[in-house]
Amino acid sequence: MNSQRRTTILATACMVVSLCACILLLQRIDRIRPREIADDTLYISSPKMVRRASLGFDGLMACIYWTRTVQYFGHRHFLRERSYNELGPLLEVTTALDPHLYPAYQFGATFLAPAPPNGAGQPDRAIRLMRYGIKNNPDNWQLYYNLGFVYYTELKDYGHAAEVFAQGSQVPGAHPFMKILAAQMAQHAEDFATARLLWTAAYQSTKETQIRENALEHLRALQVDEDVTNLQNAVTRFVQANGRIPTSPWEIAAAEHLQGIPVDPDGNPYELSTDGEVLVSQPDEFPFITKGTPPGYKPGPPKFHTKLR
Amino acid sequence: MNSRIFYIASNTFREAVRDRVLYNLIAFALLLSGAAVLVGQISIDIEKLVVINLGLTAVSLFGIVIAIFIGIGLVSKEIEKRTLYTVLSHPVRRWEFIVGKFFGLAGTLAVNTFFMAIGVFAALLYVAHRFVAADSLILVALYFIILQFLIVCSLALLFSSFSSPLLSAVFAFSLFVIGSFADDLRGFATLTHGITHWIATGAAYLVPNFSALNVVTAVAHEQPISGQLVLQNTLYALFYTAMALSGAVLIFDRRNLK
Repeated sequence: MNSQRRTTILATACMVVSLCACILLLQRIDRIRPREIADDTLYISSPKMVRRASLGFDGLMACIYWTRTVQYFGHRHFLRERSYNELGPLLEVTTALDPHLYPAYQFGATFLAPAPPNGAGQPDRAIRLMRYGIKNNPDNWQLYYNLGFVYYTELKDYGHAAEVFAQGSQVPGAHPFMKILAAQMAQHAEDFATARLLWTAAYQSTKETQIRENALEHLRALQVDEDVTNLQNAVTRFVQANGRIPTSPWEIAAAEHLQGIPVDPDGNPYELSTDGEVLVSQPDEFPFITKGTPPGYKPGPPKFHTKLR
Repeated sequence: MNSRIFYIASNTFREAVRDRVLYNLIAFALLLSGAAVLVGQISIDIEKLVVINLGLTAVSLFGIVIAIFIGIGLVSKEIEKRTLYTVLSHPVRRWEFIVGKFFGLAGTLAVNTFFMAIGVFAALLYVAHRFVAADSLILVALYFIILQFLIVCSLALLFSSFSSPLLSAVFAFSLFVIGSFADDLRGFATLTHGITHWIATGAAYLVPNFSALNVVTAVAHEQPISGQLVLQNTLYALFYTAMALSGAVLIFDRRNLK
C-alpha cells in the first residue's frame, strides 16, 4: 500500500469516526445544557431598537423572530411550562419588523390572551397587538375576527366582540360568518353553537399546527360541556319523574331511550356520582372543559390532540 | 508530536509573530482599559457584568478574526511564495504539513488568548477591586473560546486547502455565523417534516455547534458550568477539529501543486 493510499484511508476513517462522535456528543451536550436560560431570554425587547438594528433587513429579521416565537411557544408547551413571559415581546418585535405578517397576529390572538397555562394571560396586550394589526392592515377581515375572538373567549365582552365582528363584516371579501357572529353576539353569545362556530372558524382559517390543535382541543371541550349539560338535564328529568337520583348512567340511558351509555369524544363513558352529578372519567384529556370535573379538580397543563376523535 | 510537525508548527508560530499578529493585543488592551474606566463611570451595579461580557466577547472575536485571516493564508501563501515546494522537497508528508500548520496557528491563538485573559482579569480587578471564587468561571469560558478557535482554525485550513483566500474567508466566516446559531438551526429542523426534516437535521449536525461553546452570558451571571459540559464540549471540539483536518488532509494530499 503506497503512502498516499494509506493517508486517504486513514483520513477518511478519521473523518467518519469524528463525524459520528460529533453527532453523539452534540446529543449529549443538548441534554446537559441549561436550556431554560436561553429560552426565556430576549436580549432586545424593544421593537423599535430591533427594527433599527436590522439595518433594513426587516423582512428577514421578521421571519427569524417569527420562527423564534413559534419555537419558543412550542418548546415551552412541549415541556408543559406554565409561563410564556417572552411571547408578547417576541410577537411585538415580529410585527414591528413586518406589520403585514398575519400569522403572528393570529398566533397572538390564540395564545397571548388565554390565562396560563394555556397562554400568556395578557388579553390587553393581545388586543393592542390586534388593533396594531388592523391599523396596518385595514383590509384584512381576519384581524377583526381575531380581535373579536379575544373579546369573546377571554374577556366575555360580547358587546365589543359584536362591534368588532360587525366592523370586520364590512371589509370587502369578508367571510359571511362574520355577519352571523356579529348577530349571534347580541343574543346567543353563550350558546354552544356560537362557540362551536367560532372555534370551527379558527380551525379552518389557519394552517398553523399549534393554532389548529388548540382549536380542536376547544372543540372537543365544547362537545364534552354540551354532553354534560344535556346529561345533567336528563338527570334532573329523571329525579322529577322518579323522585330519586339515578344509580347508574344505564338508568339515564334507559329513561331517555338512548342506545347506550353516552361517551365522551375519546369513547370513555360519562360517570354519575352518588349525588347525581355527571362527571367526565378522564378530565385531563380535556383541558378546556368547564363542566363535569370532580369536586376540587385542578386542571393540568394542556396537551394538544392532532385530530378530533 | 513528530519532530517534522513540531518544526512546521514552530515556524508557523514564528511567522505569525513576525507578521505582527500579536499587535492585536495592543488594540485589545486599549479597548478593555477604556471600557473598564468608562463603565466604572456610567454603569450602575453592572460594571463587572459589562467587563466580563465585553472582555470575553472581544477575546472571542479577536481570536476568530485572527484564526480566519491567518488560517486561510497558511496554505495559499506557501504556494504563492513557492516555499511549499521547498518544504515538500524534504522528507515531509503533506498531512504533516497541514497538521503542523494547524498546531502553529493554534499555538499562536493560545498565546494570544493567554495575554488577553490577563487583560480581562486586570480590567475585572480594576472595576471590582477584588476577585471572588465565581471569577474562576471566566477560565472555563476562556477554555471554551480556545476550543472554538481550534474548530475555526481547522475549518480555515480545510477551505484554504482547495479554495482561494477570499472565498476561504467567506466560507469560514459564514460557517462561524451559522454555527453560532446552531441551536436555532436544530430547532428549525425539528419543525420540519419528511425529507426536509432529514436534510435540515443533517445540516444542523454537520455545522459546528459554537452556541454550546459560548457560555459568556452564563459566566457573567456567575452560573455554574457543569464538569460534564466541559468534558463533552472538549471531546466535541477535538472530534470536530479532527474531522475538518482529515478533510483538509484528504483534499491537500490529492491536490496537484504543479
